[in-house]
Amino acid sequence: MSYITKPKFHHPQLRKNELGYTRRDYEGTLTTLCGGCGHDSISAAIIHAVHDMSLAPHKIAKVSGIGCSSKIPSYFLDRSHGFNSVHGRMPSIATGANLANRELYYLGISGDGDTASIGLGQFCHIVRRRINMLYIVANNGTYGLTKGQLSATADLGSKTKSGEESQYDNIDLVSLAIDLGASFVGRSFSGDKDQLVPLIQAGLSHRGFAFIDIISPCVTFNNTPLSTHGYKNTWENNVILSEIDFVPMRKEIRTKYSAGKEKEITLHDGSVIHLHKTSASYDPHDRENALHHVNEYKKQGKIATGLLYINQEQSDLHELADTVDKPFNRLNEHDLCPGGEVLQDINETFM
Amino acid sequence: MSKRKSARTSRKLSGVNNFVVKFANVNGSGSASANNLFAKSIFRMGVPVSPHNIFPSNIQGLPTWYEVRVNDNGYLGRRDGVDLLVAVNEQTIARDIESVLPDGYVIYDSSKPLTPLRKDLNFLPIPLKEICLREFDHPGQRQLFQNIVYVGALAAFLSIDFEILTSMISQQFRGKEKLILPNVHALELGYQYAKDHFDCPLPIRIKASHKAKGKILMDGNTAIGLGCVYGGATVASWYPLTPSTSAVDAYGKFCKRMRIDPGTGKRKFSIVQAEDELAAIGIAIGAGWNGARAFTASSGPGVSLMQEFLGLAYFAEVPVVLFNIQRVGPSTGMPTRTQQGDLLTCAFASHGDTRHVLLFPSTPKECFEFAAASFDIADRLQTPVVVMSDLELGMNDHICDPLEWDDARKYDRGKVLNAEELEKIDSFGRYLDVDGDGIPWRTYPGAHPEKGSYFTRGSSHDAMAAYTEDGDVYAELMDRLARKFAGAAKYLPKPEIRSDGNRRGMIYFGTTAGAMPEVHDKLARQGIMLDTLRIRSFPFHEEVSRFIDEHDLVYVIEQNRDAQMKSLLKIECNTNDEKMHSILSYNGVVTSADNIESAILRDLSEMSNLASA
Repeated sequence: MSYITKPKFHHPQLRKNELGYTRRDYEGTLTTLCGGCGHDSISAAIIHAVHDMSLAPHKIAKVSGIGCSSKIPSYFLDRSHGFNSVHGRMPSIATGANLANRELYYLGISGDGDTASIGLGQFCHIVRRRINMLYIVANNGTYGLTKGQLSATADLGSKTKSGEESQYDNIDLVSLAIDLGASFVGRSFSGDKDQLVPLIQAGLSHRGFAFIDIISPCVTFNNTPLSTHGYKNTWENNVILSEIDFVPMRKEIRTKYSAGKEKEITLHDGSVIHLHKTSASYDPHDRENALHHVNEYKKQGKIATGLLYINQEQSDLHELADTVDKPFNRLNEHDLCPGGEVLQDINETFM
Repeated sequence: MSKRKSARTSRKLSGVNNFVVKFANVNGSGSASANNLFAKSIFRMGVPVSPHNIFPSNIQGLPTWYEVRVNDNGYLGRRDGVDLLVAVNEQTIARDIESVLPDGYVIYDSSKPLTPLRKDLNFLPIPLKEICLREFDHPGQRQLFQNIVYVGALAAFLSIDFEILTSMISQQFRGKEKLILPNVHALELGYQYAKDHFDCPLPIRIKASHKAKGKILMDGNTAIGLGCVYGGATVASWYPLTPSTSAVDAYGKFCKRMRIDPGTGKRKFSIVQAEDELAAIGIAIGAGWNGARAFTASSGPGVSLMQEFLGLAYFAEVPVVLFNIQRVGPSTGMPTRTQQGDLLTCAFASHGDTRHVLLFPSTPKECFEFAAASFDIADRLQTPVVVMSDLELGMNDHICDPLEWDDARKYDRGKVLNAEELEKIDSFGRYLDVDGDGIPWRTYPGAHPEKGSYFTRGSSHDAMAAYTEDGDVYAELMDRLARKFAGAAKYLPKPEIRSDGNRRGMIYFGTTAGAMPEVHDKLARQGIMLDTLRIRSFPFHEEVSRFIDEHDLVYVIEQNRDAQMKSLLKIECNTNDEKMHSILSYNGVVTSADNIESAILRDLSEMSNLASA
């Protein structure tokens, strides 16, 4: 269980980032997930990503719903505040938290049950509202905590360990997010850290709603050869549509990429994504094109991964709502209360 | 032009500043603003009025009524019986005429003939349609101005100061000057028609008074919206639901005037129209967790959806404010009628052992004050606060004292540690009862690079906020929450008690208050003396149980079927419940002094029959 505290000592030569922190400073409590669970690789990738970006842990707020996936915010960034809320409702918590303080990084962790079933409505609406956050779904096609029922992301025909076969078409969160206007959409695999880490870094740096669907196999209930969310199927059918390198804003850009299949995308905070396309026809700035590629591979039983779609120009909710720069949670009565004299004027209009 | 006398001239109701006017209209016909104009003009003459809007859950074409009680004694509760009816809805005219008191008055549109249905009334026919057809060219105006014409006629009948009406029209259409002239013309047409055809004024009439001078006429939802601005709310999230919608609308309207940063023109507020009530309260809780003052407003069906989140906020100790503008349940119930039916569901909202702070405003002034105070209370106690208004208070205009604000007042943000304070302490435990009052200290996310972070969860947790399945640790947590709740009353508005040392008393709350001075006086005239206590918050102050203890018989007056407040008193006050007698009303309109008086008299006579049997 997550109350087991993790020892904090570390090798004296463990690399420190620009803030003087080692990776250990970004860890959380010991995981209580099953050995080999994809979700633990996601935690590790988050720790790696955030440490290497030199983000101060306390400037990140972690929010989650309920389920195996939603437990993982305990296992990383214990210097960050975290909120493990109710099933399927993390998006609303994230929305309110983001409105209260626009200066923090918001990292939402959810699962396929949490997002694609009970929380599908909230997911759709947080995409529409353009909350500035990174929303990760640890997607294993199954309900782990309740012992292996099929989830709504399980592909038609996919079989769980108990032999139950999915009779319905799946909900593809990536297509849905692109369709609803998410401005950063990626898909990755918990077993591919090289792909996942820069994707998380880019997602955090992106201003607006960033979404990453991570296939994260459930070793206990949904890792059979007949499961489309198992390790075997994912390794075999993973089609990397784009590879990215992430360069944080403070770093000098050294590498030069060849033209044609390379794209350099500058994010709102000055960070740069170097994107390498594996297909010439694919355009990550074009929603229809991105959707087309995702769907084409899906028809072939393949899983398109990488940064699938990006629009770095889109505004976020604070811009749309035209809110002041100072976070709401730092405004006091002097900023907020119109005072007694104004109230007298208001009274008069009701006399 | 000869004056046509009304049907009967021998017997007429009379009364200066003491009568009820009822308007029977079709909704969507523009009657609401005309009827408002009428009520407010009387208020402007310094005479106490209480308007009640009885409207359908519909946009156009169904019957709607507007009742205005005029009472110089300041009895502002609803009164049964109509003295003057403005009958302009053909669908309901037969029933509407039935509601008029003997010898009362009926204004109707005589463009179509009407067979007088009762011989004991005074009919005042005015050809509203014909007048408007003749005088106005625009089809919309021909419909709309029929309402203004009858207001003009009422001014003649009741001797309402015509200048007041015209100045109100000018005010209303400031910036749209083209509309002033035709409106004033319509008023004059009605006024002149009445003067020419009937003896004006009628024996019932208005006389300028000082009773309502210095007061304001406001609806409760407007006052709540304003209270949220003054109380420092920056995040409002909601899902449209009658009768709560206008509270958030009012907040938005006032914010656009008073919460714009003068330097940048940017907003010091945000309003999210959520996809449902689950998200609405989730957003408010997320903002509360992160240190902003946040609220949502809803009514029965929405409050039912919010239950799970209310339990989370109780258990994880996150401040949030919910305005419940109650309407008639269960289920969809009667969406546009009033009730006090959500007491138990709000007091104990969500599964497990939960309880929530409730506030019961009874006037717009209290709506303002409780709204502003609710954010202090929620922050101080780190728990949800539910402000229990209702449709009667929220959507009708009420007379009350002007709103006040003390500029020296500071927001109470409760026990929050900032970076400096965190530096000074060795270790931080989010749920440690440091002060022994059951209220722990909290931090906002991002407060300090290395100290003060914690994990908020709806699962069982220890004092350091870590997950636990240790039953003893869980029980300790539940006991601390109970301790916190037990000490909560001192932060809440006290009950209002009127005691003359009588043996019997009445307990009431919320919108029942409108009828109570009249109930008290009516009973006193019959030698029945009762002390009163108005509950203003839950958990109850000790004065409440003391009041019950000190009286042999206590009437608990409420507007629901199941005597929910009585149940709550039984649970909380550990008292002999046989001496608590319920006076209930649940027909969707606010209870009246007549209702309460007759129920009490009936109960007293039953008891004396029992005693003598």
